[in-house]
Amino acid sequence: MTPSQPMSQAMPAAELREQDHAAIADIVGIKEQTLFQRFLASQAFWVAIALFVLVVFMTWLEPSFGTSSNVTNITRNFAPIAIMGLGMTVVLITGGIDLSVGSVMGLVAIVAGLLLTWHQPWYVAFGAGLLAGLACGAFNGFFVAYVGMPSFVVTLGMLSIARSLAVVLSGNQMLYQFGADAPIVKAIGQAKWPLREPAGWAPAWMPEFSSHFWVMVVLALIVGFWFNFTAWARHLFAIGGNENAARMTGVPVDWIKFQAYVFSAFTASIASLLLLGYSGSAINAMGTGYELRVIAGTVIGGASLMGGYGTAFGAVIGAAFLEVIRNALLMAGIDSNWQGAFVGGFIILAVLLGMQTSGRSLRGMLEGMFTGKHK
Amino acid sequence: MALLDVRSISKSFGAIRALSEVDFSVQAGEVVGLMGDNGAGKSTMVKLIAGNFPPSEGEIVVGGKVCHFHKPIEARAEGIEVVYQDLALADNLTAAQNVFLGREIRKGIWPFRVLNKQAMIDRAAELFAELKSETRPRDLVKKMSGGQRQAVAIARTRLSNAKLVLMDEPTAAISVRQVAEVLELIRRLKARGVSVMLISHRMPDVFAVCDRIIVLRRGSKVADKRTDTTSPEEITGLITGAIRDA
Repeated sequence: MTPSQPMSQAMPAAELREQDHAAIADIVGIKEQTLFQRFLASQAFWVAIALFVLVVFMTWLEPSFGTSSNVTNITRNFAPIAIMGLGMTVVLITGGIDLSVGSVMGLVAIVAGLLLTWHQPWYVAFGAGLLAGLACGAFNGFFVAYVGMPSFVVTLGMLSIARSLAVVLSGNQMLYQFGADAPIVKAIGQAKWPLREPAGWAPAWMPEFSSHFWVMVVLALIVGFWFNFTAWARHLFAIGGNENAARMTGVPVDWIKFQAYVFSAFTASIASLLLLGYSGSAINAMGTGYELRVIAGTVIGGASLMGGYGTAFGAVIGAAFLEVIRNALLMAGIDSNWQGAFVGGFIILAVLLGMQTSGRSLRGMLEGMFTGKHK
Repeated sequence: MALLDVRSISKSFGAIRALSEVDFSVQAGEVVGLMGDNGAGKSTMVKLIAGNFPPSEGEIVVGGKVCHFHKPIEARAEGIEVVYQDLALADNLTAAQNVFLGREIRKGIWPFRVLNKQAMIDRAAELFAELKSETRPRDLVKKMSGGQRQAVAIARTRLSNAKLVLMDEPTAAISVRQVAEVLELIRRLKARGVSVMLISHRMPDVFAVCDRIIVLRRGSKVADKRTDTTSPEEITGLITGAIRDA
């Protein structure tokens, strides 16, 4: 029969269905994905597996790797990167990029540090630092979302501006003579939970997780919930998938993109304040080069630089993966100057893998290069 | 009373006159083909009805009410939806997510207002069943055929209960099988009492589904004929100008 022939109402439903068209799954081979299959298809899952294997291998090779104190160290070291990774993921999903996060950290630390040296209470100092960070994010967001400039250009500019402001404001000095609230600031950055005896109840095998780690866990859970259950996040993903479509269906595209950059700066500010508390001092070089580590972590975790894909879990697992590699290299006695090469190599590798997961295969990319076509 | 009444519409862009004094009407549940060569004014006509910009002269009357659209959202409020050629779908979302994009069903109270995913999936499944499309709500649009994408875009217009759906080249660049699927979707819309304006270059498709064919040439209406009183040859002649008027 011809497909356009009108269907007879007398035909039994099953027969009619069969004649009208065969099941789509049979023809194009698409099956509805179960949750488990989606999990298997996600890059973050495989990175988590790789991370697990790496950890087991390192523990076997180097017994000091698996000690609870080293776990405390590793989790504290990657937490700021993962916290910023959550913000970066939001920006990457819109199809943008935020190169300014490292510099924003420096500026936030100096602003908060200055107020502390002027004997302001800790909450005033932290509040001012946070405001400075949010202002940077609002600047980025305004020029990207409302003026329509490429995010690469705007945030690259902010990378330079924020760092320069940090140097100027600090007078190129390290700030460490904090006022009366210095102990509180330190307590925030150095707090651990659960504590071992005699202060706490934790057994010796259990790592004492830092406040950085717990902040990361809470933020990751919030962002994960947000990504999965809110209309805001649905719109965010739609913008990354097809910005025009989102605009035509009435999604407030500019406003959401603006918020994405502000959120990224917010996470950079939080990370900065935690590190400020941990070291008990503010230096204007804080966060130098972190943008690269953050981007590498999120991309390794499965966020796409082309937009539309990314998860909270991926941001955390990617950051953890990078830190474990870094830690492993140190323990293996490899010169720490090699780390940059590894981070850079992983970015390229992860993007290469990410291209396949976001529907553009390596082969398709190569073909596209020769035919000059996109997609 | 006609659902849509276009009354001596003209549109100029600077010195260029894209449309001059075009009149036609569309009845409820009618499928009207809009044909013409490139630059004949089809897209301008669609954009005027969809509210992308107002006409220079003349008026658009929807359901007896004179409308002055300045934004697509105003036309949408009157029950006019457009299925765009590039379909305006987000590839990284599922069918249901696309259908409900910008109109998500939510539950709970702020700040815990969350998506009611099951309700959206169920409603999308209903819409696809109504359209007799085998599209499944949880499938990613990225992996869909052209015909299924059309079904998603059309389901979106059903969600808002559109009275008039404008379809811009829905059968361009898809396979023969999928064309049949899309034409079936148009018949489904008609059966639901929805009017469709089909803008197409493909003569067989227009003749397969349209009740009436309107031909534009260089900004003017040159024909408005019932499909059963004309032939592809005549329409081709009208489009190219071999036949002056009908």
